[in-house]
Amino acid sequence: MNAFIALVRKDLVLYFSNRRSVIMSIAAPILIAAFFGSLFGGSDSKPANIPVAITDLDRSELSAKIVAALRADSALTLSEASEDYALAQVKAGKLRAAVILPVGFGEKAARALFGGADKPEIVLSYDPSQSMVLPLVRGLLAQHVMENVSQSVISGASPLMKDLREQVTQNKQLSAERRDDLIALFDSVARVQSRATPIAVAASGASSAAASNGPTFSVPFSTREVEANSNPETKYNSYSHSFAGMGVQFILLMGVDVAVGLLMMRRLGLWKRLRAAPLSRAKLLGSRMVSCALIAIIVFAVIYAVAMAFFNVRVDGSVIGFLAVLVAFALLTASFGLLIAALGKTPEATRGLAILATLLLVMLGGAWVPSFIFPAWLQTVSLFVPTRWAIDGLDAMTWRGLPFEAALLPVAVMLAFSAVFAAIAIARFEWEE
Amino acid sequence: MLELLQAQGLRKSYGARAAVVDVSLTVRAGEVLGLLGPNGAGKSTTVGMISGLTVPDAGAITLGGTTLAQDEFGFKRRIGLVPQDLALFEDLPALANVELFGALYDMPKARLKQRAAAVLEMVGLADRARDKPATFSGGMKRRLNIACALVHDPDVLLLDEPTAGVDPQSRNAIFDNLEALKRAGKALVYTTHYMEEAERLADRIVIIDHGAVVAAGTLAELYRLLPAAQTLTVDIDGPFEPDLLQALSGVKSVHLAAGRLTVGLDDLALGTQAVLRCVAAAGATVRHLSSGRANLEDVFLALTGRQLRD
Repeated sequence: MNAFIALVRKDLVLYFSNRRSVIMSIAAPILIAAFFGSLFGGSDSKPANIPVAITDLDRSELSAKIVAALRADSALTLSEASEDYALAQVKAGKLRAAVILPVGFGEKAARALFGGADKPEIVLSYDPSQSMVLPLVRGLLAQHVMENVSQSVISGASPLMKDLREQVTQNKQLSAERRDDLIALFDSVARVQSRATPIAVAASGASSAAASNGPTFSVPFSTREVEANSNPETKYNSYSHSFAGMGVQFILLMGVDVAVGLLMMRRLGLWKRLRAAPLSRAKLLGSRMVSCALIAIIVFAVIYAVAMAFFNVRVDGSVIGFLAVLVAFALLTASFGLLIAALGKTPEATRGLAILATLLLVMLGGAWVPSFIFPAWLQTVSLFVPTRWAIDGLDAMTWRGLPFEAALLPVAVMLAFSAVFAAIAIARFEWEE
Repeated sequence: MLELLQAQGLRKSYGARAAVVDVSLTVRAGEVLGLLGPNGAGKSTTVGMISGLTVPDAGAITLGGTTLAQDEFGFKRRIGLVPQDLALFEDLPALANVELFGALYDMPKARLKQRAAAVLEMVGLADRARDKPATFSGGMKRRLNIACALVHDPDVLLLDEPTAGVDPQSRNAIFDNLEALKRAGKALVYTTHYMEEAERLADRIVIIDHGAVVAAGTLAELYRLLPAAQTLTVDIDGPFEPDLLQALSGVKSVHLAAGRLTVGLDDLALGTQAVLRCVAAAGATVRHLSSGRANLEDVFLALTGRQLRD
């Protein structure tokens, strides 16, 4: 029994004497759990600041109210823009959706509230890579349109009530029972109005009131939902984004392996042996970076070859831009690996910490979950995460089908990160064992 | 013979710890210089400085008239380093390892191929050229380690304890290789803490302790530093005061450590009996007795008061 206790004690002492290992065991689950908790629950689970543009072609009092209501909704960051600009922004991934309120929307929607009249069509263009946002935008749109249309129609100042009563009376398509119900509704509204009691329609209750009291009401508009792709022939392929994300993740992990390999070379005396040869520091570290970058390019090429062969992923944008993004990311991986090798002490401890750093980079870059469901501050933070630019660049050149110019900023940002990583690595690299 | 490699006044500290205090040495073409000292004496640091891996705090290193500081790469091209660690890529075949290390010296492809084949032949691994070191024995890996250092045909070979963990058969094979290199005119610096290796291989020996040279010369010159040419070694049980022996005629030195009494004598035949009588008179019991001529261990003991393996 003493031997057993001694063995257990030895393991405990060894484990807890390795501070890095202990930190890894504790910090990693806390950080990842906190990250996902903040995304899918936490103190405020309501999605916020979904960037959406609206184009109000109607310019009516009602459409203005709908725009104002959407703008006031904390779930959205609403901007008004021209039709073309809004669509271009959605295609570029800058906006999640674009809403177009057509000419005559206010007039037609009010009349369509009780059925019988033509419904105006709202065009809802959305980013197909982030289709999770579509039901949310659709629901918010329905809520605010219903609230404002019903409020507009039922308010005492509306001349529509008389017109609508006449319209319902004349509508032969309605059943007699339904027509009688609607006429009774109009009459009761008129009686209430005549008693000069303003109808208070609670903003939040309007749509539910309309829904519960008015089986005769109908949604006063229809929507046409359009995938915002540069190439109308191309359907969004969700594999494009997932292959970009997973490719970025596992190539960065390869970079970690390369870094740990260098630390192992140090431990085995191989690095010392290489330094004994007539090789400059630039050649020693440069060769390491180039080999890592080449491996990254080859691995990514194979990943995309499989994606193209079996998952119908296509480079619908600029092929040169796509290659430029791959090369920039490969250099980023190589410099990231060099940085880890420069900062790391032992292979074992470095591997754990580097994997944690990689996972954080990948999460914040939007490889696992779309960045739009991040809180606003985290979306801003993610702009300072190089993986975000890699994934955005690959998305732009694949399914978004954007031109070469759209690759320039991601490439420039990744090259800048590479330069910073490499500079820190060279400054911190310990040449003598 | 002209001195090929010269190191003068080398000094290196790591923080407050002085690894090398003052080391100077020279080695000539066709000569093996043994660098002998216990673990931690500063041998590897000295080799590190000579090979350009470690920048000395003070001192100068010259190879064929060129200093390391003047032409680092030219200097390194003329040096072959066999590190203490097995610096091999385990997953590359032996031939690929040798060719890789040769390529680091910008050797022309044809010459590299020819040299790689030649050095593998020399260390007896030609028939295992396509095999990976991961499948080799410790001795074979050591020989491959040497082949990698020789492929670019250096003038000076620095060997840092190259036989660590090697079986006697492989050790002899390595010694044969090194003697062949010596005959070929190479200058060899061989660090070891095994006095037998230094005695067998080295033409001249530099003894280092605590980062400084304590003696240097040929074997004969080093032996002349000893007070006695012959040694009596007595393992004893029980208390014994070594000063009792100093008064005996013919006793030149006495050292007692861990129950082993080492006595330097002018004449074994005359002195042995007197020593044993003295031990018995003091009440100690003799467990084992041996005698022989003095060796480097005795030299080190006489110079430092410690044994090589202390």
